[in-house]
Amino acid sequence: MSHLLRSRRDAVLGRWVELVTEGTRGRMTEGEVRSELTELYGLVEGALTDPGGTTAGELRAALADISRSRARQGFSPTETAVAVFALKRAVHENLDGTGGDAAYADFIDFSAYIDELGLATFETYANAREQVIADQAEQLLELSTPVVKLWDGILGVPLVGTLDSARTQVVMETMLQLLADTGSRYAVIDITGVPAVDTEVAQHLLKTVMAARLMGAECVISGIRPQIAHTIAALGIEFGDIVTKSSLADALAYAMRGSGLRVLSGTDA
Amino acid sequence: MTIEPAGEMPISGNDDVVRVRQLVRTAAASAGFSLVDQTKIVTAASELARNTLVHGGGGSVGIDQTVGDRGKHGLRIVFTDRGPGIPDLEQALVEGWSSGNGLGLGLSGTRRLVDEFSLESEPGEGTTVTVVKWIR
Ligand SMILES: Nc1ncnc2c1ncn2[C@@H]1O[C@H](COP(=O)(O)OP(=O)(O)OP(=O)(O)O)[C@@H](O)[C@H]1O
Ligand SMILES: [Mg+2]
Repeated sequence: MSHLLRSRRDAVLGRWVELVTEGTRGRMTEGEVRSELTELYGLVEGALTDPGGTTAGELRAALADISRSRARQGFSPTETAVAVFALKRAVHENLDGTGGDAAYADFIDFSAYIDELGLATFETYANAREQVIADQAEQLLELSTPVVKLWDGILGVPLVGTLDSARTQVVMETMLQLLADTGSRYAVIDITGVPAVDTEVAQHLLKTVMAARLMGAECVISGIRPQIAHTIAALGIEFGDIVTKSSLADALAYAMRGSGLRVLSGTDA
Repeated sequence: MTIEPAGEMPISGNDDVVRVRQLVRTAAASAGFSLVDQTKIVTAASELARNTLVHGGGGSVGIDQTVGDRGKHGLRIVFTDRGPGIPDLEQALVEGWSSGNGLGLGLSGTRRLVDEFSLESEPGEGTTVTVVKWIR
């Protein structure tokens, strides 16, 4: 088989590039596919010539690389494996049918080897995908939560996503610092974007509110959606005398009233 | 009867707690739970996963779709650890009791968030908490 890969290199490689390029449906250019596959082709050839040698290891490493980069480009694991499997078809089309039983047995072995390589990309793909997801989750957590000024004397803290201790610490410190810097009397903590409030999140919220109180500021918690309200009640969490509002708008209105501001519509003015 | 395991994963760090929440959220949504019940089971799982991590020193969770009497469907979640165990189960379930500085609402609250709750623990051996929520 390695003989055929060498003697018909241009034809087989060319056909493989063609098959794979079709499969990418425009997400990769033929040139990109060609350079990727030319490298693989050489490694497959080497691995077949010397199965126990170092090339076999290099081949797997190269496949793993390709699999990872495909995962990042958004290819499905099937697409990545199918690209590898396409080599079988390219080879098959280039068999001249003169080798008889020996060539047939040879092709079956070759085919089994390629299957194994294709399946290996599957596994790498799954791992790579998980890594991508983990990275994204980390990035989301790392996005520092902004504390914004809603009005003179009123800060807004929109919380989005998972609140863990590390992140809450950052939010709390930023908010307290800004309360001090701006001399604000109100902070509206909006939890519309928080998917679930458990005892840990609740404890963080309570601590933040207490700390703000020590600085003479009042926190209003807004955006408690019905499903969150049910859960908080069932857990037995008590927000005590902390003011809660269903929407950020209500909370802002409350804080403005408390600051002695009145909102007039154009006709009243 | 248990059908179709939806997932099994280790709990050994804070990001695993986040993953458990996501796994349960997905399983509950695809099983057809209402938004309120999804949030309840996710919150319960969050509490138990954190207990497994913080008090149990890490462990694992298994999530299964399950079918009960009269063909009702639900989600069963089992948390297991080989940690220190709980010496006094009754005390652990008291609202507001915590051996650390938590709110002490995790176990007692979780019991109210789910339909079935079982707590097994052997000091020195570990703890297993099983919860089931049925689809209404
Ligand atoms: N898996 C476990 N292994 C050992 N001890 C546990 C385990 N789960 C709970 N406990 C014990 O039960 C107590 C009560 O648990 P519970 O979840 O109600 O409160 P908490 O975790 O202390 O605080 P929080 O309100 O933040 O959950 C814990 O303080 C701990 O001593
Ligand atoms: Mg707890």
